[in-house]
Amino acid sequence: MVALLRAVIRRDLLLAWRRRADIATVVLFFVIVVSLFPLGVGPEPNLLRTIAPGIIWVAALLACMLSLQQMFASDHSDGALDQMLLAAAPLGMIVIARAFAHWLISGLPLVILSPVLAIQFDLAPELSPVLTLSLLLGTPILTLTGAIGAALTLGLRGGGMLLALLVLPLYVPVLILGAGAVDAASAGLGADAHLLLLAAQLVVTATFAPWAIAAALRISAE
Amino acid sequence: MLEAHDIEITRGDRRLFGNLSLALQPGTLLLVTGSNGSGKTSLLRALCGLLVPSAGAIRWHGENIRNLREEYWRHLVYIGHTNALKDELTATENLGVLCALSGVHPSAEQQRQALARFGLAGRERLPAKALSQGQRRRTALARLSLCSTLPLWILDEPFAALDSAAVSHMQAVVGRHLADGGMVVITTHQEVPIPAPTMTELNLDQGYR
Amino acid sequence: MNQPVLLAGGINVFKYAAPQTFYPLAGKMIPWFGWIAAAFCAAGLYVGFFVAPTDHQQGESYRIIFIHVPAAWMSMFIYVVMAFWAGVGLIFNTRLSHMMVSALVPTGAMFTFVALWTGALWGKPTWGTWWAWDARMTSELILLFLYFGFMALQAGIDDARRADRAGAVLALVGVVNIPIIYFSVKWWNTLHQGASVSLTSAPTMATTMLTGMLLMALAAWMYTIAAALHRVRSIILEREHGATWINEYAETKA
Repeated sequence: MVALLRAVIRRDLLLAWRRRADIATVVLFFVIVVSLFPLGVGPEPNLLRTIAPGIIWVAALLACMLSLQQMFASDHSDGALDQMLLAAAPLGMIVIARAFAHWLISGLPLVILSPVLAIQFDLAPELSPVLTLSLLLGTPILTLTGAIGAALTLGLRGGGMLLALLVLPLYVPVLILGAGAVDAASAGLGADAHLLLLAAQLVVTATFAPWAIAAALRISAE
Repeated sequence: MLEAHDIEITRGDRRLFGNLSLALQPGTLLLVTGSNGSGKTSLLRALCGLLVPSAGAIRWHGENIRNLREEYWRHLVYIGHTNALKDELTATENLGVLCALSGVHPSAEQQRQALARFGLAGRERLPAKALSQGQRRRTALARLSLCSTLPLWILDEPFAALDSAAVSHMQAVVGRHLADGGMVVITTHQEVPIPAPTMTELNLDQGYR
Repeated sequence: MNQPVLLAGGINVFKYAAPQTFYPLAGKMIPWFGWIAAAFCAAGLYVGFFVAPTDHQQGESYRIIFIHVPAAWMSMFIYVVMAFWAGVGLIFNTRLSHMMVSALVPTGAMFTFVALWTGALWGKPTWGTWWAWDARMTSELILLFLYFGFMALQAGIDDARRADRAGAVLALVGVVNIPIIYFSVKWWNTLHQGASVSLTSAPTMATTMLTGMLLMALAAWMYTIAAALHRVRSIILEREHGATWINEYAETKA
């Protein structure tokens, strides 16, 4: 089974590498959305410093959602998804492998980029690692939760907007805890509580989401 | 042994067929025929467990496949009318992933030989999007010669888009699998004789309704 | 929602799980629940407007809670009931449970909307603003989004069976997330009115106020049952339009 899962992850990474323009799109989207906010609210440094964590987090939410539309779509249309549903390993495990690969491709770049964006907003140097850590814990939750929506809306007309409608309300706790971690740290309260809750949510999501994704995939593939 | 008991399949509002029962013993070829829209693909998908029948049960060695799940699927190769190939991956990479999903891990040399037997020698490193329709089909079918240890093959229109050389090779591959005690379910529009110890034909237009 | 009804007197639940047995039964039950709802509503409104005393801080405007609080209760309760039927539908593969889920959603969304609307109406004279990012209002708003998401998903799927089962998975995912959303929003904004009706501490409000609110809550509950049964009947007719029992039923009624 390990060899099977390794083959699945390798496949997804290889595909992502050969379609690397798609990854660039997600990352660019993230950067552009973040860069638009100062133009909208004005260049006042104090204001920007206050809203920076929220902006970066909201942009990460949107970027993750954008990338999720493609998570199962092409596999659904070319029949590769059927082969995964009929694989010799439990579908839940395959889903975890795929979510991990998807996070490496579309979540991790956002995490890595966040310190640069923090500089753009003149975030205090000690807050930048908190932001990065919150994204590191939070983006896998976004991928796993979003994958449920992606699986449910597979092959539907208007799937992209529908996915947003289903998934964004579920992203609320991650947004609150993630952006809140940076706010708490800047207020001198310490981000530990927020980050621990985020970690707890990651554990809970990683336990239950694969079941829901697998069930949704079977329903949508019928 | 694969059995279906009184299964009924509905798609949307339409009942495709009902009260269909069949049993497949080792060494048997089941040929599913019928006009377009008679439910051939739906039946195959139901036998795989991709589609849940609205009534009845499908059993593998006496156990409902809904409970067996991957215990059943590790004995099964399903090749649908889509080839499940990724355009950006080479023929070898595609073949490797498809075999791995079935729990089979052939060496690079075995994969090369399998592709060569299906007339794809020298094309192993081409991305799938550079292959013709027939070559893509052959890449997908090459998996069969690597998965001969899996007893049950369910093939949806395997001969479509194949040239005569590839068709005769497929006949031989399926014939050998049956002679070794495998089970094969096939849908086809073409008259393709397959040397089979036992053969059952199931016409979805008549009977079995 | 109708589960206690079906279980009453030890009736075999599964017998009524078939749409053709449930359809006439639901038809008989609707007027009962409708009239009971109307009676509770009349009693609740009477108590709320004429018996309950004027609040010494908020004046008369507080009386909107007789609608607001029951609506907010029902909005959350209906989602839980929906998730329950969704789970039953997924496990036992009973069509009727899925129909029940679809029938409950519009009522749930309606109560959520009423709770938000009356909250805003109450907020204007009391807080001086229509909308405050108060924890409970925010979670209620997100709940409304969850209801809308569910309806949009079902509307986007043409195949009834897929719509049922995809909706059921979404309802279960939603019900697991609602407490997480609620507590995270509360964590985000701890500045809100403390819950004035709770089961653990003695209520701080006058007994007549509580009576009025409970009467209205019962009215909302009965109304929900009646509305859901009515909608289930329409869904059954829509889904089973080809089935012979419908024609036979129509003939015996005619």
